[in-house]
Order: sequence, then C-alpha cells, then structure tokens
Amino acid sequence: MKSATIQLETLACPSCMQKIEAAVKAVKGVNAPSVKVLFNSSKVKLDFDEQQVSIEDIENAITKVGYEVQKSKVK
Amino acid sequence: MSKKNQIALLSGIVIALAFLSRWTVGHQGFFQGALIIASLLGILPIAIQAYQALRVKVVSIDVLVTIAVLGAFVIQNFEESAIVTFLFLFGAYLEQRTLNKTRSAIKELVEMAPETALKQMDDGEFVEVDVDEVEVGDLLLVKTGAKVPVDGTVLSGEGSVNEASITGESIPVAKEQGSTVFAGTILDNGTLQIVAERVGEDTTFGRIIELVEEAQDSKSEAERFIDRFSKYYTPAVLVIGFLVWLISRDLELAITILVLGCPGALVIGVPVSNVAGIGNGARHGILLKGSEVIGDFSRVDTIVFDKTGTLTMGNPSVAEAEYYGDDLGQARSYLASIERESDHPLAKAVLEYLGETTFYPVEGTEVVKGEGIVALVDGRRVAVGNAALMEREQVAFSPQNRADLERLEREGNSLVLTSVDGELKILLGVRDQIRPGVKDDLARLKRLGVKNLVMLSGDNQGTVDLVSRELGLTEAHGNMLPEDKSAYITKLMEQGKIVAFVGDGVNDSPSLALAQIGIAMGGGTDVAIETSDVVLMNSQFSRLPHALGLAKATARNMKQNIIIAVGVVLVLLAGVLLSEWVNMSIGMLVHEGSILVVILNGMRLLSFKLRS
Repeated sequence: MKSATIQLETLACPSCMQKIEAAVKAVKGVNAPSVKVLFNSSKVKLDFDEQQVSIEDIENAITKVGYEVQKSKVK
Repeated sequence: MSKKNQIALLSGIVIALAFLSRWTVGHQGFFQGALIIASLLGILPIAIQAYQALRVKVVSIDVLVTIAVLGAFVIQNFEESAIVTFLFLFGAYLEQRTLNKTRSAIKELVEMAPETALKQMDDGEFVEVDVDEVEVGDLLLVKTGAKVPVDGTVLSGEGSVNEASITGESIPVAKEQGSTVFAGTILDNGTLQIVAERVGEDTTFGRIIELVEEAQDSKSEAERFIDRFSKYYTPAVLVIGFLVWLISRDLELAITILVLGCPGALVIGVPVSNVAGIGNGARHGILLKGSEVIGDFSRVDTIVFDKTGTLTMGNPSVAEAEYYGDDLGQARSYLASIERESDHPLAKAVLEYLGETTFYPVEGTEVVKGEGIVALVDGRRVAVGNAALMEREQVAFSPQNRADLERLEREGNSLVLTSVDGELKILLGVRDQIRPGVKDDLARLKRLGVKNLVMLSGDNQGTVDLVSRELGLTEAHGNMLPEDKSAYITKLMEQGKIVAFVGDGVNDSPSLALAQIGIAMGGGTDVAIETSDVVLMNSQFSRLPHALGLAKATARNMKQNIIIAVGVVLVLLAGVLLSEWVNMSIGMLVHEGSILVVILNGMRLLSFKLRS
C-alpha cells in the first residue's frame, strides 16, 4: 500500500468534488475509504495498492472526468 | 478551464449582438438565430461535464442544467436557454476568480516554502540543489536575500533573519554561531553557513504548512451533514422536476425547478469562510486547526492559563531596584564582578539588569550556603546575598531600608542585597515578571465575552494571588501539579463550561489535550503544535485576543453564509409557487449571484482586525 497526494488545477465548484471522488474510488486497487478530495487546497489524497494500479492510471481517471492533474507525490 | 472561459465570452458576445439587433433593427429571425448559436455554444462544455459526471454515477449540477436547457430547446425558448448557459459559465468564472482571492492568504504562506539550497559538495564547493536533495547533516550556505532552506544551527557567519513566515512578526532577529535558524525565514543581511538538522516536511515551517493545509479542508459535523445531504439533493431535484412535469404537464415549470434546485451557495458557503478565516490567522501568526476548532473556540466562556511562561516571562528578571548612599557606580561594578563568577539562577538576571560595566578582579571568594557570597573586590569587602547574609555581615538597616525590604518582599520578589564594607548600597527585587501588555490583552478577552479567566500555577498561593490581583483574574490557584491542573479543567468542563487552556506545552500537554480548545504558546515546540487546537506562533500572547475575535467572526460568517444560501432557495421556491416573476434565467441569475455573495462575504474575513 502506498499513499499519494495529487495536486489538481484549482477546484472552484463544490460538485466537482463528488465527481472526482467517485472517479477515483472506482479505480481498481484504490483503497476507497482513504480517498479524500480537499476542496480548498485542490488536492486528492488516497492510498493505493501499487501491485494492482499505477499512479498514472489514477491520474488518468481524474483527467477523464475533466480535471487537470498538476503533479503527484507518492510515498 | 480557459476554453470554458473563452466559450462563455463568445456566447456572451453573441447574446449581446442578438439583443442589440432586436432593439435596433428589430429582425426577429436574426435574434432567434443568434440565440440558438449562443445556446449551442454554451451547452457544449456543460453537457460534456454532465456526461463525465454521469459516467461515474454522479448527478451533478451540470446534469440538472443540461436537462433544463434541453427542455428549453423543446419548448423553443431560446432566450432562456442562451441566458441560462451563459450565466452558468460566467458564474463559474467569477467563482474561480473570487475563490482564488479567499485562498490567497494560505497560498502565500505555502509559496514561502524554500525551493533550492546551496549545498556543500564533496569537493568543498557550494552548488545550488533542489531543497528535496538536502539531507540532515549537510552543510549549507545562505546568502543575503535568500531563504533559509532547512531548520538548522549556524556554524559560522552572522546576519539578521526575518522570521515572519514562522512568527507572523517581521522584526529582524540577529543570528550568529550556534543560533537556531528556521526553514522559510529570510536572511535580510549577512551570510550564514548552517548545518541541516530537520529537512522538508519535518521542519517547523513544513509542519505548519501541512497543518494549515489540513485545517483549511477539515470539516465540522454540520459540513459533513451538508455534504451527505447534497449527494442526495441533486438527484432528488431531478426527480421532483420530473414529477412536476408528469403532474402539471408544464415543461417550463419543470425545467425552472431544475435550475432553481441547483445547490451552490450552501455547499460552498462554509468552506469559503473557513479558508478565509484560517488564512487571516496564518498571516497573523495564529494557527487555527479547522472549522470544528473555530466553532468551539468562538463559544468559549472560560480560559485557563498556566502562569509561568504564559502570563509571565518564564524566567526571573530584576523588577525593582533601590540604591542607598553614594559611590553607586562603584557598587554596581562590584556587584557585577561577583555575580559574573556565580552560577546562581538569580545572578544571570542581575547581570542582565546591570548591563555594560567595569569589572574588577575578585579575591577570597567565600560562599555562604543559602545566603550568598562574600568576597574582596578592589580591596573592599563586598557581600551579595539575602537579608540573613547582611545580618551576618552586621550591616545596619535604616528605617527606610527596612520599609523597602518589606515592600519588595510583599510584591513577591526574591531579594538581592549588596553591601560594601558593611554598608548597604543596593537592594534588588527579582521576580518572574508579567509579560508586557498581558493586562490589556486579558481585558480584551473579557470584552469579547469570556466570563472566567483562571490561572493555575505550581507556585505558592501568595505569589499567585499577587499576579492574579495585578491582572484582574477571576480565579487563581497555586501549588498545582500538572495532574491537578488537568483535574481542575475536567471539573470546569463538568460544570458545563466551554474551556480553553493556554500553555506552553512544556509540562502541561495533558491539559492542552484535555480542554475543549488547547491553545499552545509554541515557540515551535513539537508537542505543543501537535496536541493543541490553536497555536500562537513564537509565544505571542498578544495574538490571543485576535485569535478569539477571528474565531468568532469566522463562526458568524459561516452562519451568515448558511442563512444566505437557505434563504435564497426559499425565496426562489416561494416565487415559483406563488407568483409569476421567477423564470429560468432569473433563477440562474439569483443562484449564481448567491454563490458570489457568500464568497465575497467570506472574503471579508481576510482583512479582519480586532477593534481595540
């Protein structure tokens, strides 16, 4: 299990949080209860299993619902 | 995002042209055509977002708006569809702009984080590297104007550092060999070579940033409720709109309800107040850990203070001085010469008070245990100590001397007397002094509605009573061990009081954790920053009234925003049910307007200042 912090473009609408949260939780290998979308700092924090899924896949899921990923940090 | 803004602009221009042509030329065909183009332009990005949301099974606002606009197409009301899509896009643009403003204070703080460092490589040369590459133990060079990249100790060089990023106070602090420097502070002048002790997120600044970032998005119970609520709210609006259409067969009414039902101000109102309030605090050296803390803190009615280090300076200093007879410059020099060789706790305070003076060689030093020191200085017999030592030296006290002695003792001082050749010359009263300005700050807290100001201390009751009387506290208790303090706080909370505890975190962290609001006077001590709810950076007691005022203002602001949001929805609903004036465009205008109003209302917190 690794934890990631993904910096997004500035989030302005509160309903985008729901979208991003749902999109990230739907990715296989992501620990769903760990997903947190931070509105004011425009970040997503989550834990994921690096055997099942890569950080790029998670980034793609976010891009697909229409939000730009600026950078990710994995620890 | 920028594409969306371009589309909003374009659609706005087309709409303006349409209305212009109707008023000037009056060509109905062109008017309709232009509005259709504007609608199609506007709906495109919204529909794409709606599709993306539906794919992850979320009924977002975009979905409501898209269906409403499609409905408007069906009844061929292109005026409505064009204006609604334009307002929605333009509103989103304005929201983003204003939201950036409310977040600016915290963003500025985060951007103060150092990015590069000059690190000494194996060949002895300093090379600029990314701050992530610095490890504990590395030797770094900091030049004038540069940021200190890590927490560390000065190895060589000197200079003055602006520590505003840590303390909120932009007073230059002098640094020399052995001084501690903090990441994120700026070297105003000089050059320093430092050894890295804590790097990256482990530095004081790194932790502050992390805490602030977490705080701005931390949610209270009420907010979590709103979040859960809004998850079901949007689908519910969709269902209601559909039911209205089924029953009334009035498509116009149904789509109007979809637009009116958009939740906006309610979801955004509280986070906006939160981020602006916490941002204001961060600028003033106050760390408020989230909206739950703000809510509790704003209702506080009892503040409990630790005495030493909180209300007082924490180390003894000379509070009063009396001089007798002549030759006083000489006597001061003798006193300083003896104290210079002593490691007694009071000696440091005395030397600090005396300042620059001439020193004489000291001979034949004799330490009298529990009383003081007798020695030969400059060929004269000098005694420095308490009253018992003076008696042993057969120093005669005048009535004036006695009166002064009694007075200083009554005021809670430890006494340091100096006699030269059996004659009393200097009488010093040393005590742990009250921090300057504390009295005014406590008065401010009272004006902000705090009813009980309580002091708990390990000192004897006499000293505690003295301080209490001077400061106008409501209660003061001495002889308290740390566990007594936490027991007392528990008792207060059982009485139904909302208690804040202010301490330095050195031996009172149980109390900090226990009280509803733990306020740490942190000069950056780790435990205090972690266990407390509010941190006053660099032990700035004077920040406390501002912190309380800010918490109250922020809590008030959140309530205002909730009232605005709910009120707007109620008014619109009443309008749609009871009158004719509400249509889709007005609904969207009011909806976007209310979002902007709550953001602008939240923004007021950025410039909050306590009226004194």
